[in-house]
Amino acid sequence: MAHDPSFTNQKFKLVGSRVPRPDGVDKVTGRARYGADAFAAGQLVGMILRSPHAHAEIKKIDTSKAEKLPGVKAVITSADLPDKVNGRRDLLDILENCMARGRALYDGHAVAAVAAIDAETAKQALKLIKVDYRILPHVTEVDDAMRDDAPIVQPWVRTAGGDADKQTNISQISEFGHGDIEAGFAEADVVIERSYKTEQTHQGYIEPHACLASVGPDGQGELWVTTQGHYTFRTQCAQLLGMDIAKLKVTSSEIGGGFGGKTHVWMEPVALALSRKANRPVKLVLTREEVFRGTGPTCSTSIDVKIGAKRDGRITGALAVLRYQDGAFPSIWGMLGGMTAWACYDLPNVKSIAYDVLANRPKVAAYRAPSAPMAAFAVESTIDIVAQQIGMDPVDFRLKNAAQEGTRASYGPTYGPIGIRATLEAVKKHPQMKVKLGPNQGRGMACGFWFNFGGQTCSTVNIGVDGTVNVSVGTVDVGGARASLSLIAAEELGVSYDSVKCTIADTAGLGHNDTTEGSRGTFSSGMAIIFACRNAIAELRGRAAQMWEIPVEEVQWKDGKAVAVGAQHGNLQPLSVAEIAAKSPNTGGPIAGHNEGVADGAGVSFASHICDVEVDPETGATRVLRYAVIQDAGKAIHPDYVEGQFQGAAAQGIGWALNEEYVYGKDGRLQNAGFLDYRIPVCSDLPFIDTQILEIPNPGHPYGIRGVGETSIVPPLAAIGNAVSNAVGVRMTHVPMSPPRILKAIKSERQADQVSAG
Amino acid sequence: MQVTVTGPLRDAVGGAASIDIDAATIRELLRKLVERYPKVEKHLDAGIAVAVNGEIFRDRWAEPIPAGAEVVLMPRIQGG
Repeated sequence: MAHDPSFTNQKFKLVGSRVPRPDGVDKVTGRARYGADAFAAGQLVGMILRSPHAHAEIKKIDTSKAEKLPGVKAVITSADLPDKVNGRRDLLDILENCMARGRALYDGHAVAAVAAIDAETAKQALKLIKVDYRILPHVTEVDDAMRDDAPIVQPWVRTAGGDADKQTNISQISEFGHGDIEAGFAEADVVIERSYKTEQTHQGYIEPHACLASVGPDGQGELWVTTQGHYTFRTQCAQLLGMDIAKLKVTSSEIGGGFGGKTHVWMEPVALALSRKANRPVKLVLTREEVFRGTGPTCSTSIDVKIGAKRDGRITGALAVLRYQDGAFPSIWGMLGGMTAWACYDLPNVKSIAYDVLANRPKVAAYRAPSAPMAAFAVESTIDIVAQQIGMDPVDFRLKNAAQEGTRASYGPTYGPIGIRATLEAVKKHPQMKVKLGPNQGRGMACGFWFNFGGQTCSTVNIGVDGTVNVSVGTVDVGGARASLSLIAAEELGVSYDSVKCTIADTAGLGHNDTTEGSRGTFSSGMAIIFACRNAIAELRGRAAQMWEIPVEEVQWKDGKAVAVGAQHGNLQPLSVAEIAAKSPNTGGPIAGHNEGVADGAGVSFASHICDVEVDPETGATRVLRYAVIQDAGKAIHPDYVEGQFQGAAAQGIGWALNEEYVYGKDGRLQNAGFLDYRIPVCSDLPFIDTQILEIPNPGHPYGIRGVGETSIVPPLAAIGNAVSNAVGVRMTHVPMSPPRILKAIKSERQADQVSAG
Repeated sequence: MQVTVTGPLRDAVGGAASIDIDAATIRELLRKLVERYPKVEKHLDAGIAVAVNGEIFRDRWAEPIPAGAEVVLMPRIQGG
């Protein structure tokens, strides 16, 4: 049955309430089962040998001694993962990232793996594998990798649309924008140019990657795994290993954080290959060090921004040149930076030129609104400088240039109803803006944008004979989706929230569901559930008609009950879901509703953040005093979870802005692959993060939902950068703004002042 | 109908920022694009998005394109 996904402005009874989370008891009692919590009879321990070199030819791998070690059941190299991808370069890249093929491309790149009866034996076996490397020149910094004389990371890469004969690390150059940029700068009263850098960070999910893989000699397999997309994992693993998709069942465990890092396969094909070779189940759990070295962080970047503006506050020209380090495989992260850089503003002349650049670092993965935070750091910092130059309040300056309905976005389309101006108006009224600042304190704010998207989605609603409801979805519950989706089902069917149980189905239970990314979980599965419930209601009406022995056309659905309409039925009492379900065995059997489709029509999302900091001028240490997030949610289905997304993203952004960075030595090896040396914020580092939910409905969803999970990691780098810069009186241009970097910036400024005074 | 072409897709249509193609649905638009610009096919394989009057469609190729609609060809995006 076709359904119209347009926003209808219906009134809600349950949606918008703060009901208890259905997974809460399991999670606080330890009953919840994560990636490492599955066990199988006869399971082996899988471990991976990783390259200690940033770039090296693998001349030979000798596994003979490891294979002879008692207790070792399988040893694999890339020879056990033959190319079965039919020429698909994207899949071959994934395969090569899972296991090096002739060359190790980064420190931490997997080169071999073992499966043994216990961890001790597996560790011993790894030590017995001898790899003969020839070390090659490497490059880890994005600006270095773009030089003509840089070591080439992938000899086959050419710049898309560029010289077909020239080896390069620049895999793609993307341009976006409109208008005449030079005319815009010529028209400006003030033109500001600045350059910025951001260092590589990891998503920092607390749960490491973990899986239990089992492949039998009959070619059938199962995979229990912590993932954001078990259907995508199934497809990719089957393609890489030459298995039938239907014969590999993938079950997603509870997930202890993903944030984009669990949208890609890393060691899962390796675990399946080990199991296939050993003919035993294999459990593979990465260490934290492996998570840092061998899975996908976000990009490091180098960005130039130029903004021209009139003294009345109108921006006349805007240019960003963005260079994103993608790791050892081509990707689109720079392009996304170019698309998002100017999305908050209504600009007559705007351009982004984005470079995607390879380096000898791990394959970059998505990280919550991937690529947007770095672009926003550069743009929003420069916006503040321009506002200061023309003597305008930074919020008013942004309001003067903010995009609105009808604005042509810098990346192409024209916006429908959007919330950027509403978030800025809310900033102006926010109590934090009135708090007086003390010595060494500074306030900053910044805006952020993320697209959001939907995708292929499939859901089923099953009604039990007692009237309780099972909802099966194929998106993963990364941030409270089971509560939100249960609320939606209860709202549609007119039953209580407590009578709905939402389950994440395994890949045998539903049709394909795209990965839970792009803030799509509640948006797309919510849409599928609404339509599945409406299909179930059509069935319920038919069953009621049978019970009453009247035509179905004379049965309507009102307030969660079947109602017989017409004066002749005045003596028929409305029937509830439970009453109809109780009679279902004799009215046609089980009652269910199903929906599958493509949930396009996602609504773009904007946020504005306010940050107050205090910087110790002696140590350079920054303390975040106050922080506020204001974001457009479209419709907040479960406000607690929406606020949690806002707060979590801000917390991650604070860590990114102030402390977190991958530190590489000159040898190209990662120096800080652990949470002691790579410091994410803990509770004592953070203030209470205030939130304000705005609801500007998305016209492309029946309930008006926009995604909320990603946008709020976009502004923090810039909001904190502006706050720190205001606190110390020096413009900060390099993230993270760690104490040494702040001290260096202060010292440089003082020296510059002395030179100019002298 | 004028179709705006953005980002790396421009290379596939000979560098044009805008092209003229008449189509009643996204599917028809993409079919005609590949017929006229064969290099577009590899972008289709990698994923593409079409914005119709500001609404971005990644996979719903049956979507009608109303007369006079603003149509923008975009790269397919990824999220976290």
